[in-house]
Amino acid sequence: MTANPRIKLPDTAKVGDVIEVKTLITHVMETGNRHDKDGKLIPRDIINTFVAKFGDKQVFRAELGPGISANPYISFQMRVPGPGVFEFAWTDDHGVTTTATAPLKVA
Amino acid sequence: MRELSKISIVNRRSFLVSAAAVAGLTPLLVHAATTSSLTLDRSPKFEEDFAKLVGGATPVEGKITVDLPEIAENGNFVPITISVDSPMTDADYVRAIHLLSTANPVAHVATFRLSPLNAVARVQSRMRLAKTQDVVTLAELSSGQMLIATTLVKVTIGGCAS
Repeated sequence: MTANPRIKLPDTAKVGDVIEVKTLITHVMETGNRHDKDGKLIPRDIINTFVAKFGDKQVFRAELGPGISANPYISFQMRVPGPGVFEFAWTDDHGVTTTATAPLKVA
Repeated sequence: MRELSKISIVNRRSFLVSAAAVAGLTPLLVHAATTSSLTLDRSPKFEEDFAKLVGGATPVEGKITVDLPEIAENGNFVPITISVDSPMTDADYVRAIHLLSTANPVAHVATFRLSPLNAVARVQSRMRLAKTQDVVTLAELSSGQMLIATTLVKVTIGGCAS
């Protein structure tokens, strides 16, 4: 149920710039508090951890609860240390990790 | 008939009283929207999670800016931006931002972990709000100090069992 990670970075950046990194992934973020038509509890199924690395260094991490909306959108800031590649990882309640990479063009 | 007219008098009077109260309180309410509202109930789960996150620290108000709509039409999808006024240097930075709901079934909404690499302590996400409530944001600094901001959001349609 985790699919289609989307990353938005500036087209180019200079060393020392502070950039915004926007991320989005398709996920139901089922809270575990809802019931189906037959009154049965729908088990919790959320992305509980998001990690962003830039060139093997962790630059951001988020621990999420069911209070985050479906298709979790997260953005954060980073000072550009130089050219490199972002690596993003979303982990759900089943322990399944979905990853995405995005190169940052540094002028 | 007498009963009815009595009721209407009481209603009119209480209306006038409450109208006067609202007029008098308006500046206070505006203030509450940006800082805190002391009138809303907070869930035991919130108190529990809040105490756990705060630990031994005494949270201080200020330096956190939380952008949330004053009125959220859809509680399933409430955009939030949190900024902390911090130099984000090795000596002084925001280690974590904790986001808490005072009225959702699960109080701890998220924790965002930062470091000096971020340079600017600003995160954005979208949250669920089950009903009208205070949203509490905590910022954990590298010094061990804890900052707090409380933001009232009025919710029109609650986020389902968030």
